[in-house]
Formats: sequence, C-alpha cells, structure tokens
Amino acid sequence: MSEKKIENKAEHKINNKTDNKNSVSMTMRPGPRGRGHGFGGPAAKPKNAFKTLMRIFSYMKGSAWLLAIVFFCIILSSSAMIILVYMLKPFINSVLLPLIGQQNPDLSHFARILFVVAIGAVFAALASYVNSRIMLHLSTKTLYEIRVDLFAKMETLPIGFYDGKTHGDLMSLYTNDIDTLRNMLSQTLPQLFSSMLTIVSTFIMMLVLSPILTGLIVLMIGIMIFTVAKIGNKSGKAFRQQQAELGKVNGFIEELIEGQKLVKVFSREEKVKEEFAVFNENLRRSGTRAQAYASILMPMMNSLSYLNYALTAIAGASFVILGHLDLGSVAAFLQYSRNFANPITQMSQQFNSVLNALAGSERIFAVIDEDAEIDEGRVTIVKSEENKGEYLWKIPESDGSWRFEKVKGEIIFKDLNFGYRKDKTILHDLSLHARPGEKIALVGSTGSGKTTIINLINRFYEAPEGSILYDGIAITNIRKADLRRSISVVLQDVALFSGSIADNIRYGRLSASDAEVIDSAKKANADFFIQHLANGYDTELSDNGANLSQGQRQLLSIARAAIKSPPVLILDEATSSVDTRTEKQIEKAMDELMKGKTVFVIAHRLSTVKNADHILVLEKGRIIEQGTHESLLAQKGRYYSLYENV
Amino acid sequence: MKSFKKLIGGLEKGFVLTSILAPLAITVEVVLEVLIPLLMAKIIDQGIASQNLGLVARLGIIMVSLALLALVFGSLSGIFSAFASLGFAKNLRKKLFSKVQDFSFANIDRFSTASLVTRLTTDVTNVQQLYQMALRMFVRAPVMFISSTIMAFYINPSLARVFFVAIPFIFIPMIFIMRKAFPRFSLMMKKYDALNARVQENVSAIRVVKTFVREDHENKKFQEAADQVRSTQVSAEKLIILGMPLMQLVMYLSIIAIFWFGGNMIVNESLLTGELISFISYLSQVLFSLMMISMIFVMLVISRASVQRIVEVLDAEVDLKDCIEVENEKTKTLHIKDGSIQFSEVFFSYSNKKDKCILKDINIEIDSGMTVGIIGSTGSSKTSLVQLIPRLYDVLSGAVKVGGIDVRDIPLKELRGQVAMVLQKSTLFSGTIKENLKWGNENASDAEIKKVCQIAQADDFVSNFPEGYETKLGQGGVNLSGGQKQRLSIARALLKKPKILILDDSTSAVDTATDKAIRSALKEGFADITKIIIAQRIDSIKESDLILVMDEGKLSAQGRHEDLLEKSAIYREVYESQQAGALIDLDEEE
Repeated sequence: MSEKKIENKAEHKINNKTDNKNSVSMTMRPGPRGRGHGFGGPAAKPKNAFKTLMRIFSYMKGSAWLLAIVFFCIILSSSAMIILVYMLKPFINSVLLPLIGQQNPDLSHFARILFVVAIGAVFAALASYVNSRIMLHLSTKTLYEIRVDLFAKMETLPIGFYDGKTHGDLMSLYTNDIDTLRNMLSQTLPQLFSSMLTIVSTFIMMLVLSPILTGLIVLMIGIMIFTVAKIGNKSGKAFRQQQAELGKVNGFIEELIEGQKLVKVFSREEKVKEEFAVFNENLRRSGTRAQAYASILMPMMNSLSYLNYALTAIAGASFVILGHLDLGSVAAFLQYSRNFANPITQMSQQFNSVLNALAGSERIFAVIDEDAEIDEGRVTIVKSEENKGEYLWKIPESDGSWRFEKVKGEIIFKDLNFGYRKDKTILHDLSLHARPGEKIALVGSTGSGKTTIINLINRFYEAPEGSILYDGIAITNIRKADLRRSISVVLQDVALFSGSIADNIRYGRLSASDAEVIDSAKKANADFFIQHLANGYDTELSDNGANLSQGQRQLLSIARAAIKSPPVLILDEATSSVDTRTEKQIEKAMDELMKGKTVFVIAHRLSTVKNADHILVLEKGRIIEQGTHESLLAQKGRYYSLYENV
Repeated sequence: MKSFKKLIGGLEKGFVLTSILAPLAITVEVVLEVLIPLLMAKIIDQGIASQNLGLVARLGIIMVSLALLALVFGSLSGIFSAFASLGFAKNLRKKLFSKVQDFSFANIDRFSTASLVTRLTTDVTNVQQLYQMALRMFVRAPVMFISSTIMAFYINPSLARVFFVAIPFIFIPMIFIMRKAFPRFSLMMKKYDALNARVQENVSAIRVVKTFVREDHENKKFQEAADQVRSTQVSAEKLIILGMPLMQLVMYLSIIAIFWFGGNMIVNESLLTGELISFISYLSQVLFSLMMISMIFVMLVISRASVQRIVEVLDAEVDLKDCIEVENEKTKTLHIKDGSIQFSEVFFSYSNKKDKCILKDINIEIDSGMTVGIIGSTGSSKTSLVQLIPRLYDVLSGAVKVGGIDVRDIPLKELRGQVAMVLQKSTLFSGTIKENLKWGNENASDAEIKKVCQIAQADDFVSNFPEGYETKLGQGGVNLSGGQKQRLSIARALLKKPKILILDDSTSAVDTATDKAIRSALKEGFADITKIIIAQRIDSIKESDLILVMDEGKLSAQGRHEDLLEKSAIYREVYESQQAGALIDLDEEE
C-alpha cells in the first residue's frame, strides 16, 4: 500500500494547477488533537509495552538519582495517609475510650503523638510536592529529547519514507502521540504507582486489623471489578461505533466546507443541510449510548463503594458487639475501606491510558529506528583557493591521499534501470550524456519518467550503482550533502517557509548578503512585487506563502535557486503557474540563470524547450527520440505529434 | 455567560428536560450519600454502645438502601447527562452548519476553510465535554461541599469551626494558582502551535530541505522551538503542581486538629466516638469537593477558547443578504429574461475599503448570447470580476445587472440558477458521477445527463468506466485526472440550463484539441446562452464576440481579436508569447 503511494506521488505529478493550490492536507490541524479521545476510549495495545516503557525511561538514565528520590517521595506521601488512618485504632482504643469521663485526663502523651504525626504530615506533603516537581522536570526534559530525536531522525530519512505516509500520520506523531506520552509521564505513571502502593499497603493494614472484614471487602471489590469489566466491554463497543460515526460526520463536514463555494454556486444549501441532519442524528444516537456507558461507571463505582462501607459498618459493629473486634480497629478499617475503592477504580482507567501512551510511543520509536538515507559517499566538494568561485571535487585515493578535480557539471546516465518497486521498472536502459553547460530538455507525457530522473540525480531515490556519473564519479560515491549542494533545483510544488521573504530567498545560501538577496530577486523578476508589499523584503510569509499568488511564489522559488550558484540546475515545470507574458519577461533572467550551467528542464512551454541543446522524448521510461528541436520535427515522430503550432 | 445562552439556543425540549434532570438526580444522589456517614455514627454511638444488634441491623439496612438508591440516581444522572450532552452537541453542530451554509464567499474567506472545519469538529467536541461536565461535576462538587458542611455542623458546630480555618487555606491559594497559571498555559499553547507549524512545514517541504541541504539549519530551528515549549510548560505546570500537596497538607493538618479537639471533646463527653469518625469522613469530602471546584475553573478556562471560536461563527454577520428577505410579490416571481450583462462603474474590494479596490471603474455591456473572452496576467482580478455576476460578492459601488435587473434585486436562487459558474478549482464530492452531475439539476433525466457530458467531451471517458455514470468517486473510488474533473464540472454547470455560463480557466488541464471541441459543441448545443470564458490561451478566446483585457484591476481594452492586436500592447504581448506554441499535455490519452 505504501509503495503505491510512492509511485503515485513521485511519478504521477499530475500537471493540474487546480490541484496544486490546496495541497495542505485537512488533517494537519495545529495544536493537540484528540482531547476527546480520553473519554472512555478503548486502549490501543502496544506490541511490547515493557520494552517501550524501558526505552522511555532510558531517556532519564542520566537522572537516575532523581528517579530514586521520586520513588522515595511517593512511598513517603502514600504511607502518610495509611499511617494517619491507622492512628485511629490506638487513638480510640488506648487514648479515648479509657479516658472518657475522667475528671482530669492526661492528654499530653496523646498531644505528643499528634505533634509527631503533624510533622510527618508536613513531610508527606513536601514529599508529594518534590515528587511532582522532579517528575515535571524529568518528563518535560524527556519529551524535549524525544521530540528532538524524532525530528532530527526525520530530517535524515529518505524521500521514500515521506512519500509512503500521509501528512496526517506524520503530524499525529508530534501531536497525539507526544501529548499522550506527556500525560502519562507527568501524571498517570506517578498516580498509578501511588495507587498500587496505596492498594497494597491498605490491603495489608486491613488484613492486620481484621482478616474477616477484609474478606468481605475482597468480595465487594471482586463484584466491582466484574462490573467494571462488563461495562467496559459494552462501553468499548459503543465507543468504537461512536468513533466511526464521528469519522463520517467530520468527513462530511471537511468535504462540504472545502467545497462550500460550490454549494453556493449551485444553491444547494438546503439539500446539504438535510444530508447533514442524517449524519448528525446518527452520531447523536451512537454517542449517547457510548457516553451513557462511560458515565454510569463512575456513579456505579461510587455507590458500590458506599455499599461496601455500609456493609462493613454493619459487620464491624456486629463484631464489636459480639466481642470479636475492638472499636478502634473498626474505625480504622472503615476509613481504609473508603480509601481502598478509589484507587482500584481509577487503576483500570489509568492502566488503559498508559497502554495508549505506550502504543503511541512505539509509533514514535518505530520512526526513530528507521534507516536513514544511505550516505556512504566520501567524495566532497571544496572551494578552490586559487580561482575564486570555482569548486573542486575532493576525491580520496586508496592510499589515503586526496585528488582534486574541477567540478564541471557533466552528467552521464549509463543503461539505467530503475523502479520504485522491485517488480515494476519505471526506467529502462536509459542512457544520456549531458556535457557541461548543455541544456537538456525532458519531454513526455505524465508518468513517462521525467520526474523519476530528477529524483535519481538528486539521490532522493537510489539508482543502481554506477549507472549515474557526475564528472565521471559515480554519484553513490559522492556525499549526499555535497552532491545536493552542487545542484540547484526548482520544483513544481513550491514550498516556502514561515519567515520573511528575505529569509526564504536566503535559504538557497544562508551566507548571502542583503544585496545578493535583492539581486537574485531582481533576476527572477520578483523584486517588483516584493517592493510593493507592505513590508517589502521583511514581509512575513505564513502557511506556505498563502498570502502570495501562485505565480509570485514561483518567482520566489526561482530567486531562491538563483542565489545558489552550482554547476547543475534542474527546472521541473518551474514556470507552470506563471502566465506567458510574465514568463517572457523573466525569460532573460532564466537565461542568465542557466548560463554556463548544465541544465535539465522539464517543461511544456515550447519556448523553454525549443532552444535546448538536446531534447529527450520519453515514453514509458524509455527515450524514444532525441535531438534538437529542428531534427525532431523533421523526424515527424512523437515529438512532432506533441508539438502544436498556434 | 451570554455565550452560554447562544450555544444553547434552539435545544429541543427533550434535551432541555434531561439537562435539568441530570443535575437534579446528582443532587439526590449526593444527599443520599451524605447521610451514610451519619447513620454509621449512629450505629457506633447507639448500636455498639447499647450492644443492640437489632438496632445495628436496622440502621444497617437503611444504610444499604441509601447506597442502592444512590446507585440508581447516580446511574440515572449518568444516562440523563449523556443524553442531554449529545443532544446539545447535535443542536450545536446543526446551528453551526446552517450558519456556514448561509455564509457568503466573503464570510468564508474571512474564516478560512481549515479554521471552519476545526470549529465544527474539535471545538464542538470540546464544548460537548464541557457541557457534560457541567451537568454533573459542576453540580456534584458544590452540592457535596454544601451538604457535607451542613452535616458537619449538624453533628457538632464547635468542631466544625476547623472547617472555617481549613477552607480558606485551600480555596484562596487555588484561585491564586489558577489565575496565575492561565496566561502561562496560553503561552505554552502558542509555543506548541508554533512547534507543530514547524513540523508541518518540514514534512511538506522535505524535498526543498534536502535539495538545499538545510537539515542542520532546520534541526536548530526545531530545537529552539522545542526548548521554548519545554520551558513554558515547566513554568506553567510549576504552579499547578502546588495544588495537590497543598490540599494534602491542609487535609492532614485538619484531620489532626479534629483528632485533637475532637479527642478532647470525647473525653469530656461533649462528643461521641462515632460522631468523630463520621466527622473525619465529612471533612475529607469537603476538602475533596473544593479540589474539584478548582478543577472546574481550570476546565472552564481551557474550554473558553473553544466556546469563543464557536460563538464567533454564530455571531458572524452574513454580509450578502438575499433580496427575498424583503417580502415582495415582484421578487417572488422574478425570472431573468435573457443573458445580457451590464457592469456600470463597478468598484470592488474584498475588504470593502475604497483605497484597496481590486476592480476599478469597470464598464461593460454584454448582449445576450455573446461569447466573451477575458484575458489578463496573474493577479489582474479576472476571477473577481466574474464572481460579481452570480453575486458571490457584492460591489463596493456601481451596479452589475443581469437581464437588465440589478443582481441585488434578484432572488439568489433564481440568479444562481440562471448563472452557471465553473470555478477554477474543480470540486467533486464522494458519490457517483451521476450524483455529482445532478447538483446541476436534481430532476435531470439520464438522457439529459448524457447530452451535456457529450458537449463537455466527458461522455467518452465516463462510458469507458465499467460502471459508467454509476462509478463512485472519491475515497475508495476512482481518482479522476484534472482534465476529467474539469470536463465533468462543465457538464454539471450545463445541466442547469443556464442563461449565462461562466468558465473560469476551466480548461487549463485540458489539451487544446479537446478545448476546441468543447467550444464548438457549446456553440452548437447552447447557442443562445451568454458564454464568458476566462483563459490563459489566446487560442481559447480568439473567436469570441468580445474580448476583455484586464490589467491590474482595470479594463485595459475590449474588442475583437483583430482590433485588440492593433489597439492593445498587452494583448499583443500575450499573443506573441504564446506564438511559440506549446506541447500538449497527454495525461488524458494515457
């Protein structure tokens, strides 16, 4: 499935201007998504929860001592409550009951104990604060590192990875998955740990006080767990149904609002409202069922716990009357039983949310573990010291020394066979020779392989070894960064970044001066419209340059490429959105841009193609015709049939 | 909470009823539960003290019944609140969706489609959760607080004084923390959004990043953004985490105080043991409910943003009002006689500002049945011009007339029924091809559909699909090429049988041969309708009766092809730049 996506994206760059405008996927909404998912949702099961958990903790390795403190603090604060409640027993039995009715009771001993307990309580609260503070520090630091790791890794991943996933999937790693991880680290995990501690220690204390009453409690807890499981099951099913309906409603809304203008043009508002009403009602029904199950859980647990309390009170009181038990124990026990039920009911939800978070983390780690782009090349590019502006290949020799060769810009394809998938070859036996300074035009219908060739020169995808040579060096031997530095590309899909216009142009060469930026913009015929903007070159672009027209964006893209001055230039439909009149005006600039460089042009505009040194006509991955414009016309073959005279 | 009223408006009776019943049920539940510790006190103080098993049993049964009743009411409130909140959400969605349907193009532009979608989905879900919380927790916490306090006072007023000391120690700091924390959280959210925008950009522009070898640069930018998120998060949560320990401390110290004072009172027999035990129970409930109340404030604050965003949409003024609102016999039966169009001294600005007009002083006379071509460079406002004809936007000054009548005086349904516009971006929806085409005319027969598709040169490829016109489009269906979508869009518009047809660059993805075929078929099949064609290629409009040359919002020249070649420098330039010819895009034939 992912392979199909690779094909579709890289190959079939449908030359449809109307589609390119809105390439931002609807699923990319900023900010944390899925806040509503916490509401009784079923847990996604991680494949190896323990391993993932350990990996998350490995980020905190350096602060192991901090974790130890946290551990200690949780124990301290949980035990405070336990001890305090236990105090009821001696308090009632040994202090109160004997002293009742006495004239001058000596309560100093009692006061001393309480004082000690008060100190203990202060420490417990302090421990609780220290615990949260440390966890806050650790969790935010861990999140930071995981985020940075993920991003850094993604920057090194091959294009094939990006083509195989939707934007929505990738974004949800940063939003949904990191969010749930954050909750897990800073809240759920400590709470879970504390709950488990409380449950275990409370249980032990209850056993100590009265095994029989404990038995009663266990029975009640059993019933509670059974109820939770049953309701949880039904709730899970109902919730899934709700999610499905929600997906339909949201899908409908997205589609309709995207095409809202069309609805108005066809006066279809009423009909659309009717259709929406159906989806809306279905969602209401399934949502009500799901929420009902989820909402019953809490009151049920609460009431069962009160029932518990009531039964314990009856049994306990009876035991006291029958002389099997003392009042102090019963008092303590009652309070324990109140404290026992809460963590248990919370635990199942907490557990679910931990599992959810771990499943998300697994997705994150899966990406971090992906293989980066292969980059075994050792040939690099350096600036020549003798001739300013000249670049040299620095080629390592087998004996450890270096050899320098001038970067000329000669590209050779030798019997190139390539396919994105093993079973589908896109390029067959492709051979071409672009001499330094030549202009090569690639012509052919969509899917004939033009974009694939570009992908291979850039090493976005890997061609078989030895089939592509740059100045005689196999491009697999050239370090990727250096290879790409030596090629300037203007793609059809213009991508601009948030930042000023000057920043965007400077993207081509970070060290460019302001004068050079303006000069580039002038060359690309962009200076005129930039000067007319409110803030000129400092105008902030947002949302992929949404505040500019398609043509203006393309001019910026050209200016950005122009500021770099590498020996090879690739233009992939670089002026498709620019109207013919403007294109004519920047023709001179484009010629300037192409002077002295080896240029690969993919275009439909004949004006661009006509004066190429070499035109290659591609069909289904093969070069079926090649030559100059005149020689191809004379052949009266494919090229001739594509060419259309006004 | 004026906004609250706006959100609720129009809620059906059943949901209003359950919205009232839910909190009522909770109140009953809480009151029942609050009685239980009291009974337990009696069991100890009376039952045990008098060794009366029978009394213990009786009191015990009452306790159990209370617990069971509480269970019933608690579950009822759960069901009621689920029912009410989902009904609330449904109503809210309906209101929002209808409002958006009423929006004019200008309204839609102002909000942006992405933001509208978020408001109708994520924000509605947030507010729904808020509503559900409101019906239950918002009621439960205060009721629990009040009833527990009352019970404590009932048992022993002097001991209850401890409450008075304890409560402000929790309440005031909580409020303080919340108020300080909120702006910090807002800041954190902003940094968070910035971080995600950073990722979004990189993901969609990864090719650019790689070709310009900017990975390190991007990494650095990201690290800075991530660090800002980290530091703002710590600064915000630093405050929040003070809450829990504070509550614990106050609770422990209060319990100890009660032990002390209560102990003393038990010893001098002004308090009973059972009462003390239940007192502790009430105390913890009071403090807990205080915690919940402060959580409520947090929830309100977090959801405020969503509420605001929804109210913004509900409050937005629709700036294009249909004249049908002016009840008028004439408007009701108004029919457009012919496809003539007039622009008189038209000025237009998207932001309704006189100094930012993108159309200036436009004067055009188009007779019915004419073919009009419009040409001009990118950004010369051609689309803006034609959008005024079906009144998708209103002029700033001047008038646009169709069939001799000002478009503002024609009911929108009639106007848009007679003026068919094929937009630049061809949109088709999920559904069959036939369903999409029927947007033009719900009652069109299959024969009529086939006919318009033939004219639009679409019938060939549609018939080639195995399911023909019943072929499903969209997710899970067939993916059409750009040119195919455009042709279907044209057919859809033709199905309206309009008097005026506007094609806004609607054949950009179609090759010149097909373009020519469409034009001649239109000439034949729809000879009488006024056709307005915006095109990039002079070839597409060469034979028009009238060509309009647009330049920077002004009508630079108008006339026939031969006249313009003489008169208009711009027209000549465009013509010459296209003389070199073009290569046909063959993606259809593949």
